[in-house]
Amino acid sequence: MKTVVSVVGKDTVGIISKVSAVCAESNANIIDITQSVLDDMFVMVMLIEIKDLNCSFGAFSENMSNLGKSLNLDIHVMHEDIFNSMHRI
Amino acid sequence: MLNIRDIMETVNMIQQENLDIRTITMGISLLDCADSDAKKACDKIYDKITRMAGNLVKTGEEIEAQYGIPIINKRISVTPIAMVAAASGADPVLYAKTLQRAADATGVNFIGGYSALVHKGFSAGDLKLINSIPEALSETTNVCSSVNIGSTKSGINMDAVKLMGQIIRKSAEITADRNCIGPAKLVVFCNAPEDNPFMAGAFHGVGEPDCVIHVGVSGPGVVQSALKKCPDSDFGAVAETIKRTAFKITRMGQLVGTEASRRLGIPFGIVDLSLAPTPAVGDSVARILEEMGLESCGIHGTTAALALLNDAVKKGGVMASSSVGGLSGAFIPVSEDAGMIEAARNGILSIEKLEAMTAVCSVGLDMIVIPGNTPAETISAIIADEAAIGMVNTKTTAVRVIPAIGKEIGEELEFGGLLGSGPVMKLNIEKSSKRFIDRGGRIPAPLQSLKN
Repeated sequence: MKTVVSVVGKDTVGIISKVSAVCAESNANIIDITQSVLDDMFVMVMLIEIKDLNCSFGAFSENMSNLGKSLNLDIHVMHEDIFNSMHRI
Repeated sequence: MLNIRDIMETVNMIQQENLDIRTITMGISLLDCADSDAKKACDKIYDKITRMAGNLVKTGEEIEAQYGIPIINKRISVTPIAMVAAASGADPVLYAKTLQRAADATGVNFIGGYSALVHKGFSAGDLKLINSIPEALSETTNVCSSVNIGSTKSGINMDAVKLMGQIIRKSAEITADRNCIGPAKLVVFCNAPEDNPFMAGAFHGVGEPDCVIHVGVSGPGVVQSALKKCPDSDFGAVAETIKRTAFKITRMGQLVGTEASRRLGIPFGIVDLSLAPTPAVGDSVARILEEMGLESCGIHGTTAALALLNDAVKKGGVMASSSVGGLSGAFIPVSEDAGMIEAARNGILSIEKLEAMTAVCSVGLDMIVIPGNTPAETISAIIADEAAIGMVNTKTTAVRVIPAIGKEIGEELEFGGLLGSGPVMKLNIEKSSKRFIDRGGRIPAPLQSLKN
């Protein structure tokens, strides 16, 4: 099962490293990373595999959102299917 | 990998524009719970609801967490209680209290189906149930009631219309100490759909399976934001924008519905393609109409704007779902929509305009606060007018008006939560409709009912 982690905010040093660290701690495998600047905001999207997660999905999602708060970024974890169903026919 | 812009569009819809799944509603048939002994029947009802819906709230929350999409309400609709209670002939309020206990046990925020279908006449149990509605709504907090008094096929049961005017008034009177909350949970329908997931009018029709999952989507804020990006486009482009947005919203409803159905092991019913507002800022249908170029909702042009919106929502949504049903369209509940509340407060939105709007949108006169001194026959006449629009146009119409006991025009009634608050609106009560309503009988079905 794959999940999309989206990170939006002001660009600072070490965003990717810190988000990746949370993934590694939870045994989530990063499959793809894209980043860009949209409307003056730093935007990063990560596609991760969560089938071997060593914690509950809820806990993983909460860790990510706590990390977001500490870095003053918006981090959201959403299932890949949401995007597939919305943007692909 | 997915396009980064698409991903951010979806994230923004949810985080900034209040996109959510408004409700997952489990429809449960109670036909097998009827019993000549009311206590036995109530036990069976409680057991069946808690057995079927025991995991509904938990499953909803799990989907919410996993998909990252808010699911605001988890609800239950049941077979019209008039049919189930008829077998015992006992006081139907017993059944209402059973539904309340089941709602408490399952953790749902509303349970609908304290209902009677009397569009052609009253059968055993119907009158008893209707007469018990004020007490049932006063004695319970989460039970919703509806009565279908007309249909295109059968005409309008004017005896029921007369009765419902009195019931709405009585229901407001006995809950006057609680902001007249009774009639806010009571809908009078013409052409009621049997698979509606939205409250207060949801009930589980007799043609439905034993148990089924329906989903109601929402997202007025998303449509408004999309329209903001095309301020000067012509109506062709406006309709196209709304269609695209409605498609995306509905796809999400379809996904959540099928996932809930898989996890609960219960068949998936329909997606209701509705734009349902809430009193929150940025979640208003009125603001969409204003985004189209109207200075305020309720002025001339409102009906045309709403007609375009309603049609485009359906066209966009219908391809996104395997099965569409329920009410499907834009809702215009006055007290639940920040833009409508403002327009009504300013005296720009009148009840006459709202009536015209109901001819082109999904429901009817919804969550309208009327003066406390409104006579029952005037409420009946409002119901008759609205039912006539539904009957002739082969569409669902409904009336949910709340007489604000002790209050006059200019004052407000505050319900709180999703039900919001509304100013008392002006009605034409200087002259009476009493002689018209007192005639009784049935308004015959129109010619368009003869389709065979």
